[in-house]
Amino acid sequence: MDKLILDIAALIAMSTPLLLATLGILIGERAGVINLSVDGSLLLAGMVGFGVAFTTQSVIYGFFAAALVGATVALLIGYLGITLRLSQTAVGFVFALLCTDLSSFLGNPYVQQSGPAVPAWAIPILTDIPLLGPILFRHDVVIYAGLVLIPLIAWFLERSRPGLIVRGVGERPEALYARGIDVVRVRYAAVIVGGALIGLAGAAYTLDLKQGWTYRHMAGTGWIALAIVIFGAWKSYRIAFGCYLYAALQTVASRMQVNDWEIPTQVLQVSPFVVMIVVLAVVNSLSTPTVQAWLQTVPAPVRRLFTYVTSPAPASLGKPFDPAG
Amino acid sequence: MHISIRNLRKAFGPVVANNDISVDFAAGQIHGILGENGAGKSTLMKILAGMYSADRGDIAIDGRIVLLGAPKRALQVGIGMVGQDPLDIPVFTILENISAGIRLAGQIPVAESFDHWNSVLGFELDPRAHIGHITVGQRQQVEIIRLLITGSQLFILDEPTTGITAAQIDALFVALRTIANAGKTVLFVTHKLDEVATLCDTVSVLRGGILVGEQAQMPVPREQILQAMFGERNALIATQSGQHHPNGTVWKLTDVFMHDAQIAFGPITTTIAAGQIVGLAGLEGSGQTLFLRHLAGMQLPHSGSIVFADTPLRAPRYDNVFLPADRLHEGIIPSMNLVEHVQLLHRHLLATGQTSREKAIQLIADYNIKATPDMPLQLLSGGNQQRAMLALIPDTARVILLEHPTRGLDAYSAEAIWQRLQERCARGATVVFFSADLEEVIRYSDAVLVFFGGSVSRVLDCDALSEQALARLIGGVGFAEVAQ
Repeated sequence: MDKLILDIAALIAMSTPLLLATLGILIGERAGVINLSVDGSLLLAGMVGFGVAFTTQSVIYGFFAAALVGATVALLIGYLGITLRLSQTAVGFVFALLCTDLSSFLGNPYVQQSGPAVPAWAIPILTDIPLLGPILFRHDVVIYAGLVLIPLIAWFLERSRPGLIVRGVGERPEALYARGIDVVRVRYAAVIVGGALIGLAGAAYTLDLKQGWTYRHMAGTGWIALAIVIFGAWKSYRIAFGCYLYAALQTVASRMQVNDWEIPTQVLQVSPFVVMIVVLAVVNSLSTPTVQAWLQTVPAPVRRLFTYVTSPAPASLGKPFDPAG
Repeated sequence: MHISIRNLRKAFGPVVANNDISVDFAAGQIHGILGENGAGKSTLMKILAGMYSADRGDIAIDGRIVLLGAPKRALQVGIGMVGQDPLDIPVFTILENISAGIRLAGQIPVAESFDHWNSVLGFELDPRAHIGHITVGQRQQVEIIRLLITGSQLFILDEPTTGITAAQIDALFVALRTIANAGKTVLFVTHKLDEVATLCDTVSVLRGGILVGEQAQMPVPREQILQAMFGERNALIATQSGQHHPNGTVWKLTDVFMHDAQIAFGPITTTIAAGQIVGLAGLEGSGQTLFLRHLAGMQLPHSGSIVFADTPLRAPRYDNVFLPADRLHEGIIPSMNLVEHVQLLHRHLLATGQTSREKAIQLIADYNIKATPDMPLQLLSGGNQQRAMLALIPDTARVILLEHPTRGLDAYSAEAIWQRLQERCARGATVVFFSADLEEVIRYSDAVLVFFGGSVSRVLDCDALSEQALARLIGGVGFAEVAQ
């Protein structure tokens, strides 16, 4: 039992950077902007965050710098994608590659250095609650922040009026423009805030979870994050669930590696990716006409369940908006 | 709100959409704005709503000149617009749709004022319903309430009666009268004369981007308005039901079953004679589109055989042309101009641009298309797009299949389309079309096929049918006697 509790607590801790990144992507995509640079942004922000913290010996400055890097990359993507109306996919992809290489190049002095890290801090009183205490309240500030952000962002997007406007801009920008909203400004704000969150996620790796910097430290995570947002159907809670599921799969895979199974370790290492791909394929196939036609033949409760699982992407995701036409 | 427009001008490239327009709209009245397709009505309204900026001219509200140019500014001075296809967000609920937008000073809480207006105007909207699940008519009602809540004083409605039911039109008219009686100004844009006659206090007519004559108080004699809308060409509008004589057989259907996701019907055994105009009548979605697609060879029958010009029809053919209702998606390539469309049709790979250009200029003259050869077709008005599609049908076409050939077009444009089709028919082509407008079916067809309840009637001679008789058949009354 104690072991299970520890496992769950570890799961929450190890999911946090991924969670922050997915929430950052979520905010931008809900406004209709894809920040495809996440994989590179994470590395660059993580490297800069570690470098700044290493130089100043201040974790706070490190996180601040990382957020700034993430926001700056998002601003550039916003300028190219929103203002110049270039393909967000192409722009994001280029930035993903550029930031990855930039992090390796600029991060050279910090490789394998030991620097400051976020101190653990159990929340007094709450930590003594049986079961919940050890699972939720014996981590550090970054992890608490991640946990708080899930309901906070859900509330902002689904319940608040500014969130309504963000979603509207991602669904049908022309309609929001006709309602007097500055679509361009909303999109910039969303993608920049999201970018800052992605930057914080990078620092959460280098200053908290994986403590330290090395070449292509957590490369690949950004792509997983992008996939989890689709898996989570652009909804905060389901995205969080996706992050925990992914971390759980990874843990199971590494445990199985230890046991003396006759499965090559490579198979286990890539298995979370395979599971993600299968899940994505299933979730997306549910919105195809064939499956929709089949759904008409099944009982209503089953149909409702499937409809819940297949909520569609923001209708104007990745589409540039031109007020003049 | 009294609005004055002075010397307004707006051009898109070489096409002048509004030229030196000066007009006043007094408060507390419903003002009709009439004009054929492409007359510049929508452009003028979009300038007022801040969607477009005028090139020249002034707009004054209650004597004070205002600067529009963005919907936000228009909303702030109290101008709101309900588009033909309302600009709303399908996944949002009605209340969310109303809440998403700028908040103006003095605006009252949305939920309460929604209930208030919903009952005052007699709408029966459920605030929690999703926009994607309600009808176009209801979406208009939502937009009207939204503008009332944002405090609009000038309401612009652009062709609001297209695609909504008769009951919804009545509810809309009552609501607009209520709004006008409350001292607000309503601009009602349409190309339907009757609506202006029943609803409006004044009428202004636009033609070719200019205001014809002065704004006039209703009632105005029908002929006078027609004269203003169409000018000299008005004389051209005359009923001419050309009788064509069957000349051999084009299609021979034997025991054909057809189906798609919505509908399945058959067996159909019939022949369609050449050189005629054949109308397909029926409630929408009774299988007319499916039937047309089979005649075009775009879909193959589930069983049975379709013989076209003595050969089995297995694929679309060069001489069998289908004009779909969805012009922009299926009919033309929106970003290409007429020259490029002509080039696409050339059977010789080495056709020169110069020949195509000459041909395009010829087509523009022959079919009275308001465009330059180099204008992308997406910039043309609906009537001009339809004429362009007709113009592009090669002379070698034996048959022309059309869905809703004149939907959304004004009387003059519709008449011009039919003149062209009748010319084609006189030269030996066969025309098969389906239209929701029974008058159109009766007026132009030589023969009629009626679709009802999953089956198709015999070929009926149009001379023996009245519009009332056809309406009964479509509803199934007496259908058994004409069924196969």
